[in-house]
Amino acid sequence: MLSLEEIHRLARLARLELSVAEADDMRAQINGILAMVDEMRAVDTTGVAPMSHPQEVTQRLREDRVTETDQRELFHSLAPEVEDGLYLVPKVIE
Amino acid sequence: MNWEVVIGLETHAQLTTASKIFSGASTRFGASPNTQVSAIDLAMPGTLPVLNKGAVERAIRFGLAVGGTIAPLSAFERKNYFYPDLPKGYQISQYVQPVVTGGGLAIVVGDKDGFVPLTRAHLEEDAGKLLHDAVAGRSGVDLNRAGTPLLEIVTEPAMRSAAEAVAYAKALHSLVRWIGICDGNMQEGSFRCDANVSVRRRGDPLGTRCEIKNLNSFRFLEKAIEFEVRRQVELIGDGGRVVQETRLFDPDRGETRPMRSKEDAQDYRYFPDPDLLPVAIAPQWIEEVRRSMPALPEALRRDFLGYGMSPYDAALLTESREKAEFFRASLAATKISQPVSLAHWVNGEMSALLNERNLDFAASPVAPRDFARLHDRVQDSTLSSKAAKEVLHAMTAGEGDPDAIIERKGLRQISDSGALEEAVREALAANPKLVEDYRAGKEKAFNALVGQVMKATKGKGNPQEVSRILRERLAS
Repeated sequence: MLSLEEIHRLARLARLELSVAEADDMRAQINGILAMVDEMRAVDTTGVAPMSHPQEVTQRLREDRVTETDQRELFHSLAPEVEDGLYLVPKVIE
Repeated sequence: MNWEVVIGLETHAQLTTASKIFSGASTRFGASPNTQVSAIDLAMPGTLPVLNKGAVERAIRFGLAVGGTIAPLSAFERKNYFYPDLPKGYQISQYVQPVVTGGGLAIVVGDKDGFVPLTRAHLEEDAGKLLHDAVAGRSGVDLNRAGTPLLEIVTEPAMRSAAEAVAYAKALHSLVRWIGICDGNMQEGSFRCDANVSVRRRGDPLGTRCEIKNLNSFRFLEKAIEFEVRRQVELIGDGGRVVQETRLFDPDRGETRPMRSKEDAQDYRYFPDPDLLPVAIAPQWIEEVRRSMPALPEALRRDFLGYGMSPYDAALLTESREKAEFFRASLAATKISQPVSLAHWVNGEMSALLNERNLDFAASPVAPRDFARLHDRVQDSTLSSKAAKEVLHAMTAGEGDPDAIIERKGLRQISDSGALEEAVREALAANPKLVEDYRAGKEKAFNALVGQVMKATKGKGNPQEVSRILRERLAS
């Protein structure tokens, strides 16, 4: 079961701001999901290979060809702030 | 105190595909910002990634070149973090099932052979680029690079010195270009290294490591590791403890410094990407790729050593595929086969001439066939090596084939003993003092006499012949 502190850490990693009430609610919901996971964990899976996708199909690959054209103007029209061809964001320096 | 250094490298090699790993946008370097960005690269709602066959093919090529195992089934996962250069909020990478596992690279450090085992090589997408100085008070985002295919190549913590790490990085750099999967351009960021460095007292378990980022030249790699080793040894020596962290190398100060604080330690919450099905790599595909592979540098290096040349010359010749091919083609075209001497000429004069002109062997103005002919002329004593250099300069400048240049410039060496004996006789007659000195035991006088004969023949006398005839005459 996750503690409230862990919920806040997850929220920070997901860049979500949770109010006190929302954090409590989120904690109850996530713990409910984890309880289901625990139930599944009780199933004996010895000899079952883990899978990364529920369907028994594999990826179709694309030939290495350039098929896209420049649509900067269109995409820029959707952005809140652009200049000199760049999308602008608040200053970030690590 | 006896310290042991433990180094592992992670290298991001940008793959040479025309289009991105999950979209049909171009990967060409240097385009105007955000002009090579598709809706997929921008993470527009409703878009889905479609994997580029060329990227997988290059990963297979790499796996075969290092003798690794190619996974018959491989999967993509999401590595979650938020940064403005990553529109989706996650990077598509591989975690549990990479395309390549195992294998390794032969390295040469000084005259010692080594081997660096690899842990894995996996496919992933690159992020965009942030520009902090373009617009005042803001960061600018250019997403042209977002979605460019990368192969991340991870070694075991098997290296024990900065020199070994640099030798490995150079061998890897040469190999990825050799098999054509990466252009290796370090200025443009096509080949970037991160180093994991720790120290321990000999015999102890592994120490805590630090990861150093931003190493985009072999010199920085060496400097950063050397600095980091000194820092960790001093820290532990003073009773301190190394903290696991990511550090950035500052080339101006020649030091590493912490990049993010410990509270910000990343938790990437990897999970399988539901947008991407597993990738099946059939044995037939692997065989097809194997058949298209060139002879590998390590195999050629061993062939070359078999010709009797030094490890140094063999390593130099296999620095690039073009140089090795030039050597092989020249050797095949020579009438007098002297691979050791030919290697000297390729590594020495020919490489120097190309360097002066900023050319590589692929763009050599001298064809291997002509180079071979020139070398034959040295071997059959038509040319002195000094004259041969002059001919090679003329060939590089496009003045024609070696024989024509030799005739035009009158560089043919005089080996005809009649002509040389005449020159020797005259030199002896004109320099009685030198003859006297030589007979009194002064060896220097002999060299001076050779010099006189060479001068009389305008440098075209075959020096071995001249010496032989001189000795004969002086002894009688």
